[in-house]
Amino acid sequence: MDGDGGGAGIGARVLRKEDARHLAGRGQFTADLRFPGMQDVAFLRSPVAHARVGARRASGDVLFLDDLTGVADIVTRSSIPGYKLAPWPVMARDRVRYVGEIVAMAVAANRAAAEDLAEQAEVEFEPLPPVASCDAGRAEGAALLHPEWGDNLFLHSRFDSGIEAVAASAPVKVELDITCARQVMHPMEGKGVVAYWDHRAGMLVVHTSTQVPHLIRSGLAEVLGIPQAQVRVAAPDVGGGFGYKCLLQPEEILVSWLALTRKAAFRWIEDRREHLVAGANARQHHYTLTAYANEQGRLLGLDAQIEVDTGAYSVWPFTAVLEAAQAGGNLPGPYDFRAYRAEVFSVATNKPPFAPYRGVARPGVCFAIELTIDAIAKAVGREACDVRAENLVPGSAMPYVNVTNKHYDSGDYPASLATVREQIGLDAFRAGPARDEKGRYLGIGFATYTEQSAHNTKVFAAWGLPLVPGYDQAHVKLTPDGALEIRAGIHTIGQGLETTLAQIGHSMTGVPFENIRVTLGDTATTPYSTGAYASRGIVMSGGAVSRAGEVLAGRIKAIAAHLLQTEPDAIEFREGRIHAGNASLDYADVGRAWYLRPEQLPEQVNTAGLEVTEGYKPATDNGVFSYASHAAKIAVDPETGIVEILDYVIAEDCGRMVNPMIVEGQTYGGAAQGVGTALFEESPYDDQGQPLASTLIDYILPGPTEIPAFRISHTETLSPHTAHGIKGVGEGGAIAPPAVIVNAINDALATLGARITQIPATPERILAAIAEAQA
Amino acid sequence: MKPAAFDYARAATIPEAVAAMRDGARPLAGGQSLGPMLNLRLARPGKLVDIKRAEGMRGVALSASTARLGAALTHAEIEDRRVEDVTRGLLPHVARGIAYRAVRNRGTLGGSLCHADPAADWVTTMTGLGATMIAQGPAGERAIAAENFMLGAFTNALAEDEMLAAVEIPRLSPAARWGYAKINRKTGEFAMAIGLVILDGPWARVVAGAVEAPPALLPRAAAALLAGETSDLDAELAERLPHLSPADRKLRAVSLRRAIAMLSEAR
Repeated sequence: MDGDGGGAGIGARVLRKEDARHLAGRGQFTADLRFPGMQDVAFLRSPVAHARVGARRASGDVLFLDDLTGVADIVTRSSIPGYKLAPWPVMARDRVRYVGEIVAMAVAANRAAAEDLAEQAEVEFEPLPPVASCDAGRAEGAALLHPEWGDNLFLHSRFDSGIEAVAASAPVKVELDITCARQVMHPMEGKGVVAYWDHRAGMLVVHTSTQVPHLIRSGLAEVLGIPQAQVRVAAPDVGGGFGYKCLLQPEEILVSWLALTRKAAFRWIEDRREHLVAGANARQHHYTLTAYANEQGRLLGLDAQIEVDTGAYSVWPFTAVLEAAQAGGNLPGPYDFRAYRAEVFSVATNKPPFAPYRGVARPGVCFAIELTIDAIAKAVGREACDVRAENLVPGSAMPYVNVTNKHYDSGDYPASLATVREQIGLDAFRAGPARDEKGRYLGIGFATYTEQSAHNTKVFAAWGLPLVPGYDQAHVKLTPDGALEIRAGIHTIGQGLETTLAQIGHSMTGVPFENIRVTLGDTATTPYSTGAYASRGIVMSGGAVSRAGEVLAGRIKAIAAHLLQTEPDAIEFREGRIHAGNASLDYADVGRAWYLRPEQLPEQVNTAGLEVTEGYKPATDNGVFSYASHAAKIAVDPETGIVEILDYVIAEDCGRMVNPMIVEGQTYGGAAQGVGTALFEESPYDDQGQPLASTLIDYILPGPTEIPAFRISHTETLSPHTAHGIKGVGEGGAIAPPAVIVNAINDALATLGARITQIPATPERILAAIAEAQA
Repeated sequence: MKPAAFDYARAATIPEAVAAMRDGARPLAGGQSLGPMLNLRLARPGKLVDIKRAEGMRGVALSASTARLGAALTHAEIEDRRVEDVTRGLLPHVARGIAYRAVRNRGTLGGSLCHADPAADWVTTMTGLGATMIAQGPAGERAIAAENFMLGAFTNALAEDEMLAAVEIPRLSPAARWGYAKINRKTGEFAMAIGLVILDGPWARVVAGAVEAPPALLPRAAAALLAGETSDLDAELAERLPHLSPADRKLRAVSLRRAIAMLSEAR
């Protein structure tokens, strides 16, 4: 790198460029946009989980599926053998398959009037037996969601490295039954879309709250049957995505269809109830595990059955079976063992489609494997932290290819565990009292995980997805007045890319950080990226900015050298200027020469000028693995079942940190969501497929008083595969808390003989576990 | 989630509000429960009469034995002691634990009592204090004892054309002590259990709140408290709360024992 950082380059703790507008309430989100004549859309949604849809009647501007022309179903293909297609009509055709599925679309001058119209529509539902759980879906004679399948399985996948020998000989065998609740993601801003027809450009313009504008452009064009050149997708400020906003959604298609066919402006803003009952479903897994170990607690083999309660349809483009692929593939976690068998059932149920939520399957698999490690430790009568340390892939084994062919590229997992063990004070805690002055039981829990990040072409192709990411693009330009513009097709959804991409641009070109402007997320103004998901942004778009910046730096040097009458190799970027020995130039001098005073340019100047588009993916694109260990000290009130987190420490390694404050922010936010998964969040359904949590009175999100002051420490083991050694870190914080907190609860309750194997660990479940142990 | 259309009028006086209610209007105060119900279209009034600014609704009248609080005073005003406290700190303590500050800024004492959510704080607190509800109707004022005001979950004793105008709270003596123990999963959430104990010279009250029904007075526990004895709380709860499961009753017993333990804490 030529830039000296100037306190703002790669590695600097600079404040975010995004903060000024957000802290002043001047952000511009989808619901802030206004267009002349804009009308609001409200949806009539199915009140029943499974039914044939009969006669439909409505008055006013209300549309049913038959009223639409030229709209295809959402069809999410996969090349995985055995995967079953579930075409998803954008509104109900002859069946509804979950409560909340769209049946009709009402259009009016404002949302209240549109809701009036929607509720006056009359639709006959002829009930069908609902499939409200994996058990119900897999039962003999179960009603079928998609009768042509013959069963209710999107996919039944198997992995087997050979377990029989270990199963026959291992002296220790531990069995667990583990359940993770259905959750809803709850970004602060829900989904929203505004679309209009741009007569001058001859284009459909869609402003949508999305992580993946370029993908949505492709998806909309396909479903609406129009050329991509007629579609512009622009994401305004996005208030969190977490995976919900990397999907093409029926509402997005329907609002776009209105704009396309009526050549006017329409919008839909999701409300919290729609979000809770009709969208953003995630996390619901069930594990039946048998682990084999030796007498010291060394894990020798794992035999797993995993069920994913997948909902009714397959989301585009990530399919209904990404979760299963991630669950089966990631269950072995950071542990060193070779005998593994997994059967994964992706069960279609009468619930909203399963979406990939921050961590995708890994909070569940981390919970499952980490409870297993603690159970093994208990079975052999040893400290769980010691058993965990001995089972982790050692640093000396790196790079390490695990049993499911994950390529762990670098790091020292046991060292991170040792760090949190020290910071949480395990040894002093074991020497101290088991209960506090209030009579609460105290416990400490641990978990270690890997976070596959920036996995790319090879991995997504193997998962059989309809869209496979390749080279992410970035465009950089030095302006006539010497500022740097960076454009990338990824989007910032709260993760601070306007800042971190500027830091990389600064490091590569030396242009002062405050003179760098980052533009993202608009298909009309940015080069192609598949978008923000899978902890890939900083590696992929960051890598593209790095490459483009490097090329631009060379061109700046060539012009500057000519102006300073020296050689390009003699040029240095520092302190916001361009130096050669004692002489120096401003970036504006170079910009002015290229754009305004071309007579000053060298004869052999590169005719592409001061604009560069470059693409990037790591040479080895299996993904690079960040990792962390978390530890928590908690207190359980045995009379109320309420858990208080007394201390929570995190030791993480995500390679080179572009901005440690942003890494910490990602970790705080993810870990806060993990606390929700561990203790609070649950979207239960009754046996008729009715959601029982339809408002935030019933769906409990953690608040500031429930979130501990996480203490974070970092190490930086550079990835050998990526630009600057960077690894992704967007998801990791959310992965470990359920495992850590429940291991701590079980540590606390061990003397009572109670154990929790279900999340969230609610007061009711804790009291029931204590009562059962005492009975 | 937008309300069905309704008409809105603001009443300048309580009689004006009562007259509007006789014409079918429903009262709106802070809107912290009614607002969400309107948005979910669970409540669909044709007309709302806003009573928050009606004359007398936000007044405080002190006497030697009581404080009469206007029903439209907010939780935050009580929390911040902008309303003189006659309960040795009990009302501000309770107010501080209601929902979140944003809710407390708008939500009103009377609105919460009328909404009669079993898990809300004021219904239990007023029953414990032996407060008196002052209703206003076409025929004028009517006093209703707090323990008779809530008839069941989300049901109060007001007639269709009556509104709650004020709450008369008995003054506790300087020697009075109280304990208030609320168990909830998360700060600001509705309670899983509330235990309230007030001991003031020869007078004592023990109340189990958040019992999916009106709060339950426990006279045997109160008598035992006065006598300095321990009572069979579990047995009395079983008699008074037969609709709850043993586990749910146990949680109420825990909250009551914690409230009793608070009596001896310095405050």
